[in-house]
Amino acid sequence: MQLNNTKNISISLAAAACALLNTPVQAEDESQADDWKFDTAILYYGETDRVQLAEGVLNAKKDFGEQHIFNGKIAVDTLTGASASGAVAQPSAQTFTRPSGNGQYAISPGETPLDDTFKDTRVQLSAQWTQPLWENVTGSTGGNLSKEYDYFSLGVNGSLAWDFNQKNTTVSGGLAYQFDSIDPVGEAPVGLSSMVINSGQFSDDSAFEQAFNATRTTDDKDKSTVDLLLGVTQVISRRMLMQFNYSYSVADGYLTDPYKLLSVVNSEGMTQDILHENRPDKRTKQSFYWQTKYASDYGIADLSYRYATDDWDIDSHTLDSRFRVKLSGNSYLQPHFRYYQQSAADFYQPFLIEGSLLPSVASADYRLGEMTAFTVGLKYGQILDDGREWAVRVEYYQQSPKNSAFNEPGALQDLDLYPSVDAVIAQVSYSF
Amino acid sequence: MRNRSTNCLFVAIIIMGTLTLNGCANIGVKPWQRDLLAKDEMALDAQGIDLGLDDHIYFSKEATSGGRSFAGGGCGCN
Repeated sequence: MQLNNTKNISISLAAAACALLNTPVQAEDESQADDWKFDTAILYYGETDRVQLAEGVLNAKKDFGEQHIFNGKIAVDTLTGASASGAVAQPSAQTFTRPSGNGQYAISPGETPLDDTFKDTRVQLSAQWTQPLWENVTGSTGGNLSKEYDYFSLGVNGSLAWDFNQKNTTVSGGLAYQFDSIDPVGEAPVGLSSMVINSGQFSDDSAFEQAFNATRTTDDKDKSTVDLLLGVTQVISRRMLMQFNYSYSVADGYLTDPYKLLSVVNSEGMTQDILHENRPDKRTKQSFYWQTKYASDYGIADLSYRYATDDWDIDSHTLDSRFRVKLSGNSYLQPHFRYYQQSAADFYQPFLIEGSLLPSVASADYRLGEMTAFTVGLKYGQILDDGREWAVRVEYYQQSPKNSAFNEPGALQDLDLYPSVDAVIAQVSYSF
Repeated sequence: MRNRSTNCLFVAIIIMGTLTLNGCANIGVKPWQRDLLAKDEMALDAQGIDLGLDDHIYFSKEATSGGRSFAGGGCGCN
């Protein structure tokens, strides 16, 4: 009997504890289902024989009432594979020292030198708070933090938006500050110093190490970026919306890529020396962005154009278009086309000629050279009950670097110095 | 002669101004005409996750970034 009583009390206590524990959890679940909005995605980006990237993103948004909105985001990505080092292909095999100084890698004749030691994991966190400040004025402020093995970045931003003309016009202005710090593998090389390659000329390992360390600098490798963004959004008609943005950005500090190289060739096009690149320590960019959205009976068209120009002499044009076609059963199909074109930076040099005057800044990074690129893609999405949605998209991206009137001496004429880069982008996303 | 030029300019400004004002008067909608604009997919940053991921890719592979929003940073992106 006593045993039974104890058992009953235990059951009652357990039930009471469960009730106490469960009630708030259930209540939270219900409020989450109602209030929080989650967007998730997994992305794969893969270049043929080069970089592979996998990235996961979780975005959480909640309206705390009266348009007091919190938005938080976490993104994790992992990168592996090879990246073009900037050195030119050669008719014979080439040997390079790894960025860490530990070991070498060899490149076959005729192949574009790729640094295959590239491997990194990045975690990015960001949070944004938006709320009305005065009548028709909304303020927004946020921060972001990003960390990878050799890189750290911290940023803050703030903006104001003013609605008027029956909310048909919105004028906005914002400022952002970003601090980046890079701690390169093997320390940052001295700009335009020669790569130390162990070809047996050193008496022992410590002699090589001493020569390698002489090309390294331990100074802080930081940069700071200030962005100003001004925008006007205008409702044109019941079906059409338009936005114009102007942005002005100044980056100051270490803007060099410590892993990029530059070949010095002789008049026959044969490599005589490999240098570490060196970029200017300041860059001022401006961009003009226009976007319009149009709701037709068949779907929604989204068209944007961006013109950007900077004091490195890089001008670019970007045209982006998406058309979301409504299908039956709450699903949609969305073709995507993007075209991009850029001119070369004034210090871009695919290679240097031996005996010519060494410039103070030079880079052979093809991403600073003349280039066109396009993306074609297709997305399919389905809207489910309770605002849930899933989608999948597949895209193809091709970059075509161009020779911007550099004469190629001797052997370089028979080699592909501007190989195109092909990549596949695949993404699955789910919102709930 | 100069007066005629000035007059022409004045008339042109009046005509352009009138056209612009008329244009402005037709731009925009009344609050009850926002049925299409209010849809999620009509937001300028609809599919924000896709746009963020794309920004990361193109930021890493091309010389220009930003424009739509802050250019940002936070990526070695070799």
